[in-house]
Amino acid sequence: MKARKPLSLLLAAALLAAVFCGCGNSTTTSTGSAADTGTADSTDGASEQTETVLTGEPTYGGEIVVGIAQDLDDSLDPHSMTAAGTREVLFNVFEGLVKPDTDGNLIPAVASSYVIAETGDTFTFTLREGVKFHDGSTVTVGDIVYSISRAAGLDTGEPLISALSVIDSVTAADDSTVVITTSEPYIELLAYLTAAIIPEGSDPAEDMIGTGPFVFVSRVAQDSIVLEKFDDYWGEGAYLDKVTYKIMEDSTSLIMSLQSGAIDLCAHLTASQAAELSGFTIYEGTMNLVQALYLNNASGPLADVRVRQAICYAIDSQEIMDFVSDGMGVAIGTAMIAAFGKYTVDGLEDTYAADTEKAKELLTEAGYPDGFELEITVPSNYQFHIDTAEVMVEQLSRVGINATIKLVEWATWLSDVYADRNYEATVVGFDASALTASALLARYVSTSSKNTFNFSSEAYDAAYAAAEAATDEAEQTELYKECETILAEEAASAYVQDPCDLVAMNSELAGYEFYPLYAMDMSKVYYVG
Amino acid sequence: MKKRPNYNLILGCIIAGLTVGMIIVGIFWTPYEPTAMSGGEKLDAPSLRHLLGTDNFGRDIFSRVLEGARSTMLIAAAVVAIGASVGTVVGAFTGYFGGRVDAVLMRFNDMLAAFPSILLALVLISLLGSGKTNVIIALGILFIPSYARIVRAEFARQAELDYVKSARLMGAGHLRIMFVHILPNAAPVLLSSIAIGFNNAVLAEASMSYLSIGVQPPDASLGRMLSDSQTYLLSAPWYAIGTGAAIVLLILGFGLISEGLGDSRRA
Amino acid sequence: MIGFLKKLGAVLVTLLVISLLAFLAFQIIPGDPTAKLLGTEYTPERAEALRESLGLNGSAAARYLSWLGGFVRGDFGTSYSYNQPVAELLSGKIVTTATLSLIAFLMTIIISIPTALLAARRAGGVLDRLLLGGGQVLMSIPPFFTGIIFTWIFGLVLNMFTVGKFVYIYESFWGFVGYLLLPALAIALPKGAMTAKLLRSSLVSEQSRDYVRTAISRGHSPRSALRSHVLRNALLPTITFLAMTLADIVAGSIIIEQVFSIPGLGRMLIASISNRDYPVVQAITVMIAALVVIVNFLADTLCRIIDPRVRLK
Repeated sequence: MKARKPLSLLLAAALLAAVFCGCGNSTTTSTGSAADTGTADSTDGASEQTETVLTGEPTYGGEIVVGIAQDLDDSLDPHSMTAAGTREVLFNVFEGLVKPDTDGNLIPAVASSYVIAETGDTFTFTLREGVKFHDGSTVTVGDIVYSISRAAGLDTGEPLISALSVIDSVTAADDSTVVITTSEPYIELLAYLTAAIIPEGSDPAEDMIGTGPFVFVSRVAQDSIVLEKFDDYWGEGAYLDKVTYKIMEDSTSLIMSLQSGAIDLCAHLTASQAAELSGFTIYEGTMNLVQALYLNNASGPLADVRVRQAICYAIDSQEIMDFVSDGMGVAIGTAMIAAFGKYTVDGLEDTYAADTEKAKELLTEAGYPDGFELEITVPSNYQFHIDTAEVMVEQLSRVGINATIKLVEWATWLSDVYADRNYEATVVGFDASALTASALLARYVSTSSKNTFNFSSEAYDAAYAAAEAATDEAEQTELYKECETILAEEAASAYVQDPCDLVAMNSELAGYEFYPLYAMDMSKVYYVG
Repeated sequence: MKKRPNYNLILGCIIAGLTVGMIIVGIFWTPYEPTAMSGGEKLDAPSLRHLLGTDNFGRDIFSRVLEGARSTMLIAAAVVAIGASVGTVVGAFTGYFGGRVDAVLMRFNDMLAAFPSILLALVLISLLGSGKTNVIIALGILFIPSYARIVRAEFARQAELDYVKSARLMGAGHLRIMFVHILPNAAPVLLSSIAIGFNNAVLAEASMSYLSIGVQPPDASLGRMLSDSQTYLLSAPWYAIGTGAAIVLLILGFGLISEGLGDSRRA
Repeated sequence: MIGFLKKLGAVLVTLLVISLLAFLAFQIIPGDPTAKLLGTEYTPERAEALRESLGLNGSAAARYLSWLGGFVRGDFGTSYSYNQPVAELLSGKIVTTATLSLIAFLMTIIISIPTALLAARRAGGVLDRLLLGGGQVLMSIPPFFTGIIFTWIFGLVLNMFTVGKFVYIYESFWGFVGYLLLPALAIALPKGAMTAKLLRSSLVSEQSRDYVRTAISRGHSPRSALRSHVLRNALLPTITFLAMTLADIVAGSIIIEQVFSIPGLGRMLIASISNRDYPVVQAITVMIAALVVIVNFLADTLCRIIDPRVRLK
């Protein structure tokens, strides 16, 4: 409730994209590794380290306490969790048939290899041998069929992960092969098959059993979550024996606990928080969030593209970053996160370089020479977005737009703004729930049920539909880039930044790596020997 | 007993006068625009340039405290106005007439009083939504019972007095007796409880804003500022201290006045 | 005895009414628990399915009765957010908040009684006026500000405790109590000042009564008269006041828990209200209400025991 957590961001990120469609990539088969060349450059600029990192020998053993700034007030069911903060923790406990790596590729996990039929609607997975569940049992094809069916809602008709709703059937061909068929060609399904594999018949809300490098031990609401190393992990196991996530909703407490050594690692710090620390290794990455002043394109003056452009000219991303994060973060000009380098359209962030005069001209042209009233709705639990909104109010006042901030509770935001689209403008961040561009772009299709912005552009719909139907990966990427450009030109919203993500780590530790998704991989962290 | 000057009242008037005076000046003039941000002056320590230093946006804390104190004071005044006026009417009727309605209302009143007000405020704010107006409405409603109780007791007492009886004999109507005859006599009691009520309202508003369920930015509020300042307690303790001190002064002034009024009534 | 039973009945009725009011309040609050639970996966169909599985679809009356039935049997339901039984979720937090309130309450008494006695010994004297003035200042400092100042001085400047750290009762009892001392003091200071003021003024007015003069003229020293006769009589209004104070202290702990980030009922309550986690809110509300009502009831009973005259009224 108290609202000054950087991790605030995270939950805003609970805005999972998780959308339909977007078939594409190559329809050729890829086995073993999904490391297609297209995603190789996808982490450009995602992580760099600001301090020299110790690179001594990794040692096994030891335990750490990880501070998290937001309570995980979520069900811990990996198929129905929505909060990004929850996903980040459970990344260590559950795995899917495939899982993301730090470069944004999908690598085989519980499956050892897979084949995608040329028709793009049949996926054949080979079960990796000897993968063990945390309860000691060996993963069988039955477990996989159960898990995917559960997540796709094949029995209930209610998919828990909506992107999996295209799945028609999941069947075990033999003891080590599972075949998934979809109702239409949908190559990008693979990105969603990171869905957790759990033992047949189990309810993860009751017993949390996965195949990940860490075993779930206990949880105390508003206080802590404890994980321990899984000794029988199929891959390179974790270095650490035990990880305790400690919930510290108060920013001062968080910083003090780091300083006193009570906490060893904390991600998602703001620049001012990191500035108060000494003796820590600070890693800098990006949050993988599209933070923007989202505009309701159907609301009053905002229906006029010139007004939206004027707002874009009024908003100065660099100034916002200077105020809220000491200049760190990556300015963006469209709905794409910095870590998806493959989809980056150079120069889009400069489409509306801050220009007060230009903004006033556009407003005059649109018939609002004296500006207008604009209400910005912000979820009250996200201090970072509130701070951003406060700077925006200042910037908008320079061009005559009298903006006011209306803080609402997160629950209210979800029902009024997100679901009912009853707002003028809002500041939040959207993240991608899967490793595909469509995860961020699908919500701008005019007919999408997740088009909170009421954005409507025939050109966009056409480009997006073409991207979905594309069979060639390069062509698909180009079409997605075209979509991004249209969003910028039409000023769908005033895009600001992919905020910086600072991770402070006890200087005896090393190995932390950023992912282009919400994941805090504890298996790679180790004490330096 | 020799008459001593009413120190409480005098001191209270001085402090309240100073704070209110500063707030009034703040309406027309503040050293800086309270919302003006300055990137180069983030979290500066107090100096002649910025009397109470600057906050994390480089805004002048003194100017913001003035603005916050004004909004807190206006909210408190509005809350007391709602609470006292509705409470007086309810208390006057129930106290004067008594009877069944009185019994039921007072039982309900007791129940409300037994219940932590912050909890009720939380529920009311969830109902109404946060923001200045809703804070006033929520707290206004919460303040009605205590005034109703005080006024009721006073009216019930006065209704038995001779002057009321004689007014009744002379044919004065109930309303006239209640509000022309009794009310002025109940005024001293009401007045000192208004001063206390004002303090409680300041405290309640600050607490709610501190919990982020009260006044919302960019409206300045002392409670909200105090909550924001906590993040910077290590590097900028003056932020919290300056803001908190303003709340204390506001409450202290009116507290002393209420105390002084009580003294003079007893004397 | 009949009076006692009648009172007890009133206590139960009050609790019932409060639980009903709390239930009704959450029927009309905007925002739906399913919206929070589904987040951006929200679709009307999924929300409907979830409502069904959470049992939110029955009539309000039926749901209230089933909640009440469960509550009476000790089943407080399951938290929507955490998917854990409410009783399990809250058990540790109750201990924390109760201990915090209890320490604050004891501190209030420890602060107020000696101060009041000291001040009343020479009413109007220098010491009296100093104490009164100091009390007035203490009453003007909001507990959460005191808490922040304590954090700053004892935690950050003097490094006497680790800000943000908390020791659980099962880890170390004294560590647990230790971490609650400052928060409790922040609550107790203004409450103690208020109680002291009230007790002092009843002491002063009792002192001027005839029976005290009689006692003194009989050779009791004023001090022993104060202690043995006056205090007893002056305590009556103070006990009633303290009972009300205890309610305030519990409420005050909601805010103080936020200041010191103590994992207690208050933070749980605030989070649960914003998550629309009704079973948790309902349980906490009724528990706090029960505490308040029962304490008032006990204070009332205590007053009757101390002063038989009250019984006649």
